Amino acid sequence: MKYEYNKEPELYTPIMMRVISKRDLTPDVRFFQLVPKEEFKHLDMDYKPGQFMMLSLFGTGEAPFSISSSPTRKGIFEFAIRETGKLTNKIFELKDGDMLGLRGPFGNGFPIERMLGKDIIIVAGGLGAAPLRSLLLYIMDNRELFGRLIYLYGAKNVDDMLYKPDFVEMLDSEQIELFLTVDKGNEGYEDSIEEGKVTHLFKYVNDIDPANTIACVCGPPGMYKFVVTEILKYNLEKDKILLNLERRMKCGCGKCGHCIIDYRYTCIDGPVFTYWDVIHMRELI
Amino acid sequence: MRALKLAKKDEKKLFSVLEKFGEVWSPMPKGKRFSYEKIEDPEDLVLHEECIRTILPVKKFLMPPDFNILSFTPQKFTINNEEIPFKIVVSVPACEIHAVNILTKFYTTDYVDNYYMKRREKLIIIGKSGLPDEHCFCHKTNTSIVEEGYDLFFFDLGDYYLVWVGSEIGDDIVRKGSDIFDENLPKDVSQKFVEFRKQKNKSYKNNPDMEGVTDLMELMYDAEFWDEFGDKCLSCGQCTMACPTCTCFNIIDDLELNKELGHRRRYWDSCQFKDYSLVAGQHNFRGSKAERLKLWYTHKLKAFIGHFGSPSCVGCGRCIITCPVDINVPTVVEKLKS
Repeated sequence: MKYEYNKEPELYTPIMMRVISKRDLTPDVRFFQLVPKEEFKHLDMDYKPGQFMMLSLFGTGEAPFSISSSPTRKGIFEFAIRETGKLTNKIFELKDGDMLGLRGPFGNGFPIERMLGKDIIIVAGGLGAAPLRSLLLYIMDNRELFGRLIYLYGAKNVDDMLYKPDFVEMLDSEQIELFLTVDKGNEGYEDSIEEGKVTHLFKYVNDIDPANTIACVCGPPGMYKFVVTEILKYNLEKDKILLNLERRMKCGCGKCGHCIIDYRYTCIDGPVFTYWDVIHMRELI
Repeated sequence: MRALKLAKKDEKKLFSVLEKFGEVWSPMPKGKRFSYEKIEDPEDLVLHEECIRTILPVKKFLMPPDFNILSFTPQKFTINNEEIPFKIVVSVPACEIHAVNILTKFYTTDYVDNYYMKRREKLIIIGKSGLPDEHCFCHKTNTSIVEEGYDLFFFDLGDYYLVWVGSEIGDDIVRKGSDIFDENLPKDVSQKFVEFRKQKNKSYKNNPDMEGVTDLMELMYDAEFWDEFGDKCLSCGQCTMACPTCTCFNIIDDLELNKELGHRRRYWDSCQFKDYSLVAGQHNFRGSKAERLKLWYTHKLKAFIGHFGSPSCVGCGRCIITCPVDINVPTVVEKLKS
């Protein structure tokens, strides 16, 4: 029995990255910029919006994180990370110049080829704005290749809104139809941020051509059902509603089993699934 | 395929041929059961008449229960590049070889797992068809006969063994042992072979009705019996450890006491453990035992077909004797059918 396979690089061996800058996006989410330690080797590493990487700190462990940067801006890898567990607590202690391990990219990412020329609706909830930032930047950097760009973003409160200054600034842009909301408490931002759930923003989404529109959704697990219900009202086809999901992962390459849903692995067949997958497979949302 | 004869009087000479190719491992008694152990004494190589169901399946060679994938200090990390010795494992039943084939398919699809493949290439499998005991049900999972995945395969036909050669290494072994392996098969070999198969097929006492379970898994997904099983289940994970086709693992970092040297360990995990699907913010996608049981049985009896074209249960019966509360493939199938 002979199988052809690459002995190098090992699938589970990280490459080393250096933290070059970081800033707080919200009280518990920090934005990290990383560059490869061996720049000449990994600088042009390609990836797709919606893909993820396994970040690790030796001695603490490894976990999957969505990429926040866009492949249109190569060289710097960006992640928005929430401090929520053992590993992320340690990542928050990192100083500029510190190293961490990175494996990937993994996952299918958004099907950019299918999205070219289409109108795009992006719906983000909470930390879902992190992976969708990659897609947003990609579309903004290739604006002429896409149709309308509608972006709805809901967060718990104004303090928990990721990239708030950027978004508030973009409200005036003609490139994007952007609407922001918080569950409650928009004091100080009455002009720019609404109050209410993200589903309330769909009242601004009008004149949708269902044949020419693709919707991309990412947010907390409880959000998908409600958002998809809203999107279905525009008669979008099932495979034109894309959901970026989260699961526990240990390998990123379909071997460790943790992210399995029915017969598919979130790390290989996802994390971007279509609404048809949701109907077809139990447990998805 | 090449077929040869090994006279039973020459059985004890087999060890000296095999040891030229690497470490010889054979089922050895351990308590009331058997375990694949390394043997040094030719007398320990016994080709049992019945199928030997070891406590842990052959997967323990291919994906060790616990090993380091890399080691690290604060300054640098090194990949674990340990040399894997050739191992020859003897008396492997057909269902287990099917399980190895399933593992290989799994570990080489989409991404190739080098840790597995490195060991697979160094594992020589000497299969042996035996008679089933009261728990075997490989005739119901179509895994009682095996065509590939072994290097040599033995059939007990009375005063001699019929030996199928399944690989280049298998061919090397029979060439090295040319004094005991005989190319001249007796005239009555096909008749005896058919008789053996008939006798084997008659000997099955466990007959779960596996027909249509794939569709029933879907139709009975919300059936009440899952909650009954969930209430009984201890979440001990023994079923997944004993199952020859279970592959899930966890990866964690361990620091030694000096906090300088550490290891990234990869070890068997179980989908029956509570934290299996736990993500950041304490959100658990499968918090209840019934959900986790459904995951396991969906994967074994239904989902694997969607991925690889065949179910991943090989009918070895390990779940039957391992589960302390009687949740296993036949009892689940029985509920699906009721």
